[in-house]
Amino acid sequence: MTRIAPPLALKIRALAKKFERPAVVGLDLSVPAGEFYTLLGPNGAGKTTTLRMVTGLLRPDSGSIAICGIDALADPIGAKRITAWLSDEPMIYDKLTPMEYIDFVAGLWAVDDKIAAARARDLLSRLDLTPHADERCESLSRGMRQKVALAGALVHEPRLIILDEPLTGLDAGSSRTVKEMLRERVHGGCSVIMTTHILDVAERMADRIGVMDKGNLIAEGTLDALRRQAGSGHASLEDTFLALVAQDTALGRDAADTHAAAVTHDDAVA
Amino acid sequence: MSRPGTIGWFARHEARLAWRDWLSLMTGGHRRRARTVILGFALFWIFAHGLAWLMLRAVGNFVGPVDKHLLVVITGTLLPCGSLMLSQALESVTRGFYARGDLELILTSPASVSRLFAVRIAGMALTIVFMMLVLGAPFINMLAWLGGARWLGAYPVVVAMAMDAVAIAVVVTIALFHAIGPRRTRVISQILAAVIGAAFVIGVQFAAILSYGATPEMGILQMAEIVRRAPDVGSAVWLPARAVLGDLPALAGVLGLSAVALAGTIYVFAPRFGHLAQGTASVPHGAARHERRQSRFRGSTPARALRRKEWTLLLRDPWLISQTLMQSLCLLPAALLLWRDFYRGGTASALLVPILIVAAGQLAGGLAWLAVSGEDAPDLIASAPVSAVSVLRAKAEAVLSGIAVTFGPFVVILAVAAPFGALVAVAGIVVASGSAMAIQYWFRKQVKRSTFRRRQTSSRVATFAEALSSIGWAGTGALAATGTWLAIVPCVIVMTIVAGTWMISPARGSLLL
Repeated sequence: MTRIAPPLALKIRALAKKFERPAVVGLDLSVPAGEFYTLLGPNGAGKTTTLRMVTGLLRPDSGSIAICGIDALADPIGAKRITAWLSDEPMIYDKLTPMEYIDFVAGLWAVDDKIAAARARDLLSRLDLTPHADERCESLSRGMRQKVALAGALVHEPRLIILDEPLTGLDAGSSRTVKEMLRERVHGGCSVIMTTHILDVAERMADRIGVMDKGNLIAEGTLDALRRQAGSGHASLEDTFLALVAQDTALGRDAADTHAAAVTHDDAVA
Repeated sequence: MSRPGTIGWFARHEARLAWRDWLSLMTGGHRRRARTVILGFALFWIFAHGLAWLMLRAVGNFVGPVDKHLLVVITGTLLPCGSLMLSQALESVTRGFYARGDLELILTSPASVSRLFAVRIAGMALTIVFMMLVLGAPFINMLAWLGGARWLGAYPVVVAMAMDAVAIAVVVTIALFHAIGPRRTRVISQILAAVIGAAFVIGVQFAAILSYGATPEMGILQMAEIVRRAPDVGSAVWLPARAVLGDLPALAGVLGLSAVALAGTIYVFAPRFGHLAQGTASVPHGAARHERRQSRFRGSTPARALRRKEWTLLLRDPWLISQTLMQSLCLLPAALLLWRDFYRGGTASALLVPILIVAAGQLAGGLAWLAVSGEDAPDLIASAPVSAVSVLRAKAEAVLSGIAVTFGPFVVILAVAAPFGALVAVAGIVVASGSAMAIQYWFRKQVKRSTFRRRQTSSRVATFAEALSSIGWAGTGALAATGTWLAIVPCVIVMTIVAGTWMISPARGSLLL
């Protein structure tokens, strides 16, 4: 009996981006619909660059990106219509109120006004922002601003939610609420891709975890699969993650040594 | 080497920061441009001296005896300079209060905050002296060349005026702080600074128009009537003017009084700055500001949402309004001139066309910068399912509607007095605004909206191109309003400038425009 693969929410093939040095190198990544995928990696691994290319904020040098079957490079508007992006720095306007901000985002995504108003009230209520709904965002704390940005990201009911360190600045209660809301979306068939440095969150929430280093995916799978790959038995995700990155660094060093030896040999021959 | 925490140590620290800040301001953060900047300064310096020589030589002789007429003219020149210095001082003091920067680090250290603020207040005075001398030194040097070394007394007078301006600004800001609280003080003092900076010049224009008609010249100060009514030569009112002329007792008096004023201000207020800084730390995270009108979810298209957002953000920021609309204040004398001309049946309406065009170009440049470069959520807009062309169009519409609201009434009045002039003005306003917006778009650079006052530093080319295109379109409009075909000449020149700007812009080769 053949098993039918679930449709892919995100399919990345041979994605590459170079700034002064390569940031993403021939990345392949697939995330099925209805999956919570967490992307881990040390600073400068290329996680944010990858996600910014997926959301259309950066143009890749080469490769392909498909969101729910839509070619994001050929039809960026179509891809953006079903995607939400939330960065670690809340993208909100100081002089707008949370309600006005959500109204604005709903306008950008052309959401029907009645539906948008109902969703806005629901989101603000879930995120404990109702008392602040008509206060200007400039007077809100960082955590509240982050929640306003999240409400804006969810108001158009995206099918793919991409979050870059979304829990930064949130208190324990808010953090739990956000995690619950994201889980609910995943149960409803939406896919979530999240980067985080809080490995505990990744361990508890992710269906699958990808580990990036030096612009490429060095390991991917469930926590158990990653443990097996790292040979770390029943270790925590933190130990597993550090072991995987250390392995990759050692491999890179070996490759560099081999290359240097080859160069020395060639020089000697010459 | 001074001991840490002493005035000398703080002065060295502040001087280093100020120097690097200035260098970054001049070079736009590109160290390689330093040589170009030095060369540019040298050329400007030579040009300014030449210009000053030409202007002063035409005015008259400067070697004559000290009489009331000369004292009136010098005092009349010092007053607008003083208003500009006070405006700059208010701006600097407000920034000194509210900018957090390293303040929290220093406030939490055991170092003396009063010493730091003493140094910062003195630094503000020095900055203002420098700013004034960049513009004023060529005139002082040429006065000394044409009228003798006695005119070099103007240098210490500039120093004294800067000290007075900073002392007054500190007192005014602290008074506002106590009277209306930290949140409002920031906005009010910045608006006050902008109005003071423009008010005197506008006032002089008003007086000139009402008295003489269409020649708003400083010559009003030379009126025989004013000279006759002015105090005698020996009056203390003329102390600064006498000091400018190298009168040593007057110079000592002016410098001494100003130094005492600044030192007294520092002595009294510097120790209180720590408390004031704590007060400003609660802004903007202080009292929440509720909007009376709730958002109504009016069923928006992306374009409408973008336009509404731009208008809301602008209307809710009084400081930005004061900055962007300040140029419009300069239109008031022109409107007065039109009103007088309408009743007297003159031809001054043709003179208004270029004024309207140049003001529209400048205002459009400011608004376009806010909408394009000053976008506070660029990632949100870029990740929305709206094409870049649609975003640009919506923002351009928001800017143009602002221009229409500002200049519409002037054009309507002009249409009553001179329909052809109004037609030319409308065409000029549209092309000047379009050119300014295009230049801002080609040279866009994503920065925080709050950095509006430094918008010129992101690209000198854009700044000059924007100014040249506004002036060029104004010249075209002036000639077109008189009905001459010569208008084609400046039109071609300005089109070449705009096209040349596009050729060297970073936007060239991108998908848009």
